[in-house]
Amino acid sequence: MSDPILTIENLKVHFQIAGGLFTKKQIVKAVDGISFSIMPKETFGLVGESGCGKSTTGRAIVKINQPTDGKIFFEGRDITKIKGAELRQFRKDVQMIFQDPYASLNPRMTVGEIIREPMDIHNIFKTKQERENRVRELLEIVGLKPDHIRRYPHEFSGGQRQRIGIARTLALNPKFVVCDEPISALDVSIQAQVINLLEDIQEEMGISYLFIAHDLSMVKHISDRIGVMYLGNLVEVGESDDVYRRPLHPYTQALLSSVPIPDPKTAREKKRIVLEGELPSPIDPPSGCVFRTRCPSATEKCAQSKPPTVKVGNRLVACFLYDEN
Amino acid sequence: MEENKTNEIQLNPELFEKLDDSEKNAEKIAYESKTYFADAWSRFKQNKLALVGLTFLVIMILACIFIPMISSYSFDEGDKLAKNLAPSMAHFMGTDKFGRDIFIRILYGGRISLSVGFIAAFISLAVGVVYGGIAGYVGGKVDMLMMRFVDMMYSIPDLLYVIMILVVLGSNLTSLLIGISVSSWMGMARQVRAQIMTLKEQEFSLAAYVLGASRTRILFKHLLINSMGPIIVSVTMLVPSAIFYEAVLGYLGIGLAPPQASWGTLANDARRMLSSAPLQTFWPIIAICLTMLALNFIGDGLGDALDPKKK
Amino acid sequence: MSMLEIKNLSTEFSTENGTVQAVRDVSLHVEKGEVLGVVGESGSGKSQTMFSVMGLLAGNGKVVEGEIHIDGKDISPLSFKKAKEYDAVMSDIRGNDMAMIFQDPMTFLNPVLRIEKQLIEPILNHNDISKAEAKERAIELMRKVGIPSPEKRIRQYPFQFSGGMRQRIIIAIALACNPKVIIADEPTTALDVTIQAQVLDLIGNLKDELDSGIIMITHDLGVVASICDRIAIMYGGKIVEIGTADEIFYEPKHPYTKGLLDCISNPEDLDKKELRPIPGSPPDLLNIGKGCPFTDRCEKAMKICKLEMPDTKVFSDTHSCACWLTHPMAKKEGN
Repeated sequence: MSDPILTIENLKVHFQIAGGLFTKKQIVKAVDGISFSIMPKETFGLVGESGCGKSTTGRAIVKINQPTDGKIFFEGRDITKIKGAELRQFRKDVQMIFQDPYASLNPRMTVGEIIREPMDIHNIFKTKQERENRVRELLEIVGLKPDHIRRYPHEFSGGQRQRIGIARTLALNPKFVVCDEPISALDVSIQAQVINLLEDIQEEMGISYLFIAHDLSMVKHISDRIGVMYLGNLVEVGESDDVYRRPLHPYTQALLSSVPIPDPKTAREKKRIVLEGELPSPIDPPSGCVFRTRCPSATEKCAQSKPPTVKVGNRLVACFLYDEN
Repeated sequence: MEENKTNEIQLNPELFEKLDDSEKNAEKIAYESKTYFADAWSRFKQNKLALVGLTFLVIMILACIFIPMISSYSFDEGDKLAKNLAPSMAHFMGTDKFGRDIFIRILYGGRISLSVGFIAAFISLAVGVVYGGIAGYVGGKVDMLMMRFVDMMYSIPDLLYVIMILVVLGSNLTSLLIGISVSSWMGMARQVRAQIMTLKEQEFSLAAYVLGASRTRILFKHLLINSMGPIIVSVTMLVPSAIFYEAVLGYLGIGLAPPQASWGTLANDARRMLSSAPLQTFWPIIAICLTMLALNFIGDGLGDALDPKKK
Repeated sequence: MSMLEIKNLSTEFSTENGTVQAVRDVSLHVEKGEVLGVVGESGSGKSQTMFSVMGLLAGNGKVVEGEIHIDGKDISPLSFKKAKEYDAVMSDIRGNDMAMIFQDPMTFLNPVLRIEKQLIEPILNHNDISKAEAKERAIELMRKVGIPSPEKRIRQYPFQFSGGMRQRIIIAIALACNPKVIIADEPTTALDVTIQAQVLDLIGNLKDELDSGIIMITHDLGVVASICDRIAIMYGGKIVEIGTADEIFYEPKHPYTKGLLDCISNPEDLDKKELRPIPGSPPDLLNIGKGCPFTDRCEKAMKICKLEMPDTKVFSDTHSCACWLTHPMAKKEGN
C-alpha cells in the first residue's frame, strides 16, 4: 500500500469568541481532536450536521483556519507552519471548491479572468495567449462553451457557476482538492452533473478529494471512505458501502435513518430513529462522549470519559458499545 | 385556443422525428452580456431625477469652465459706473457694489467651489480607501489602533482644526483643501473598512487566498473593486458636503481672500447689501442649493444603480 | 369541494430585461386531509405559483390569467376590480383560511414579542374564549408540535429557539387558526437531516387530525415521497406531470420526472451506483419560447417539442402528463 497523501493527526481548531467588558472569553471547540488519512486518488467523504466541524476541518487543511493543535501532513510534510516557497508549492497542489456558487466567484471579473487568475498568480505559461487557450480548454472540460469566456458570473445558473469554480480549481493541476459542500446549493438535476464531473476529473487527473457534505445520499456515490463527525469529533470512519450497509455508531445509525427516502413504499414502511433534542453548544460540549445527551444507548460510563476509537473490522468507531475493555 | 393550435401547426409524422442534439441549446444564457458599469448605467438612466441632476451638473461645470473665457466681463475688475445694478440684458444677474458682473463672478466662484468639492472628495476618497482598506483587511490589533485614531479625530470638532490649519497655512486654496479633507476622510475610512470586513469573509476572497494570491492582489482585485459601488455613492455625497463646508467657511470670512471668490465668499460679500440689494445674496445661494440638490439626486441614482441587492 | 383550487393560473414579472413568465397555465387542487407535493427546481415557478395564491407577489409580478378558489370562495386577483379590495380580502384570508410555513421561520415570527403573544393572538381571533383559556390552548398546541416544557418556553422569545423549534412554533400557529389550506414552502430545507426528520414526522402525524389541505413545495423528492399523497412536478413554469406518489415514483411518464428519479440517490438502494444526470441547466423563464421548456435537455426530444407545447394527456383520475411522447403519432419507446 502506498503512503497517504494527507494525514491529519489529532487536529484541533478552537475559536475564541472575544469576551466583552462583562462577559468571559468563550472558546468554541469547532474541531476537537480528529485524526484520519486520505490515500492518493481516494475520495474521503466527511459528513455531519451543521456545526459539527466538517467545514472547519476542510478550511484548516487549506490553511484558511489555523489549527489550535495537531498536525496536518501533506505528502509527508507537516504543512501547519510552512511559509514562502513551500507554501506557494502547497497552494498549487491543494485546492478548494466552495459551497456557494453565487459567492465564490468575484462578480467583477469575467469568467476568463476568474479561471486565468490562478495561472497569473503562479506564473504558469509565459504568454497571456497560452493562458487564454488553457482557459478555453478548461471551460470545455467542465462542459461550458469556450465563448463564455467574456461573460460575467451573474449571467450563469448555479450549476454553471459551480463548474466555473471547478475549472478555476483545475487550472493549477492540483493533487488534492477539498470540496466544501459543492452540491448542496445546487438543483437536484444539477447535483448529479457535478458529482459525475468530479468523478471524471478524478479518473483523468488522479486527484484525491476530501468531500464535505451534509447530504448523505449523494456522498455515497462519490466517496470511497466516509467519516462521520458530530460536535467536533469523528465518531466513525469506514468504507462507504460498509457504513451505509451497517452503521455502527448510534449517531451514524440515526443520521442515516433520517435521510428521506425517495421511494414512497419504503418511506411509508420505514421506521426512523428519531433523535431526541438538539445539538448541544460547541462552547460547552457534554462531558465524556459528546453524543451521549441524545444517544439512545447512552450509559453512565459515557458521561465519565471520552470513548476510545476502536477498530471493528476495518472500521474505526468511537463508542463504548464496541470497546471490549 | 385548441382550434388555433391546429390551425397553426399541422401535425405530421415528420414533426415527431427525433430532435438532433445540435438543435438543442441546453446551456443557453438568456441574458445579454453586459459589463457591470453598462448594467449600472442602464439602471441609472431609469432614474429621471438623477438624470436631471447629472445634466444640470454637467451644464454647470461646462459653464464655469467656458463662459468666463469668452465673456467680456472680468471677475475682478468692475465698472465703476455700474454699481449694484439690477438684472438686465447686459448684466444677467446684475452687478455688485464694485460694479462687477455677478453672473461671471458666480461662474468664477463655481470654479473654486466645484474644484474644492471634487478635489476634497477625491482626497478623502484616496485617504479613506487606503486607511480603511488596510484596517479592514489586516484586522486585529492594527485595526483596533487605526479605528481608535479615527474615533479620536471624530471627537474633536472639525471647525476647530480647519480654522487652525487656515490660520497656520494661510487662507489659500491648498490650506482650504487640506482642512476640508482632514475633516471628512474618517467617514470614508469607516465605510471602506466595514465593506472590506464583510467582503473578506466572502467565498470569492477565500478562494483567491487559497489560490495563493498575495494580500495586495486580494485587497485590490477582489475586495476594493467590489466595494466600489457604495464608495462611489458616498463620494458623490462627499462632494456637496465639501462644497457646503467651503461655503460655510467663506461665509464666516475665514475662507479665500478677495478678490478670489467662491460661492461662500460671494454670499458673504453680498450679505452687507442684503437690505438694499437682496438679489445679490440670492444668486450664490441658489447656485449652492441647485448644485447640492443635483449631486444628491445623482448620489441617490447611483445608489440604486450600483447596489447589487436591488437586482 | 376542494380546499384550494387553481385553474389556468399564469403569472408574469416585468423586469428590465423583458417579461418573465414565471407561472404558465397551472391548474391544481388540494382536498381536505391531503398533502400535495409541488416539486421543481429553482425557477420552475413552484414558489411563484404559491405566492400568486397567497397574494404576496413582488411588486413587478402580476397574475395575468386564471382563477383561484379557496373552499369555494373566489380569491382570484383578477376578480377584484380594485387592488385595495383584493389586499383587504387577502390579508383576512391569510392567517385565517390560509396558513403559511416558510423556509425561514423568522419571516413570520416577530423577534421582539414573546411566543406567548404570537401564539395566543390567532387563538383569540378564532375562538370566543378568555385569555387564560387561550393560553392553556397555546400550551397544548406547543406540546402537540413537540416543544418540550411548553409552560416555560411560552414565555421566551423567538431567538431563544433553534431553527427546528421555530419551525414547530410556526406549525403551532398554523394549527391555531385551523386553516383550510396550509402552504409550506421548503419548510425543512434549512434544517439538518435529523431535525428535518422530526419536522416531517410531525407534519405527517398532524395531517390526519386537521381539516386542512396541505401544499408542500420542495425540491427534495425524498421529502415528498415520505409524506405526500399526490405530487405535481413543475418545470419551466408549467406542471409537466401530476399524479399520486406511487404513480409519480413507479410509473413516471414525463422524461423530466424520469430524469429526476434517475439522478437522485436512494440511500436504501446500495446497488445503484451510477447517477444519470439531466444534461444542461434549467431554462430561464425570460422570453421563453412556445415549445416544451424541457426540450433542450430532453434525450427524447422531437421536432414538434420545440414548436408547440403538448396538451395534457390523462392516464387515470389522478395521473396526467404534458408530453408529446404520449401523443399517438410519437414513435414508441426504443426509437
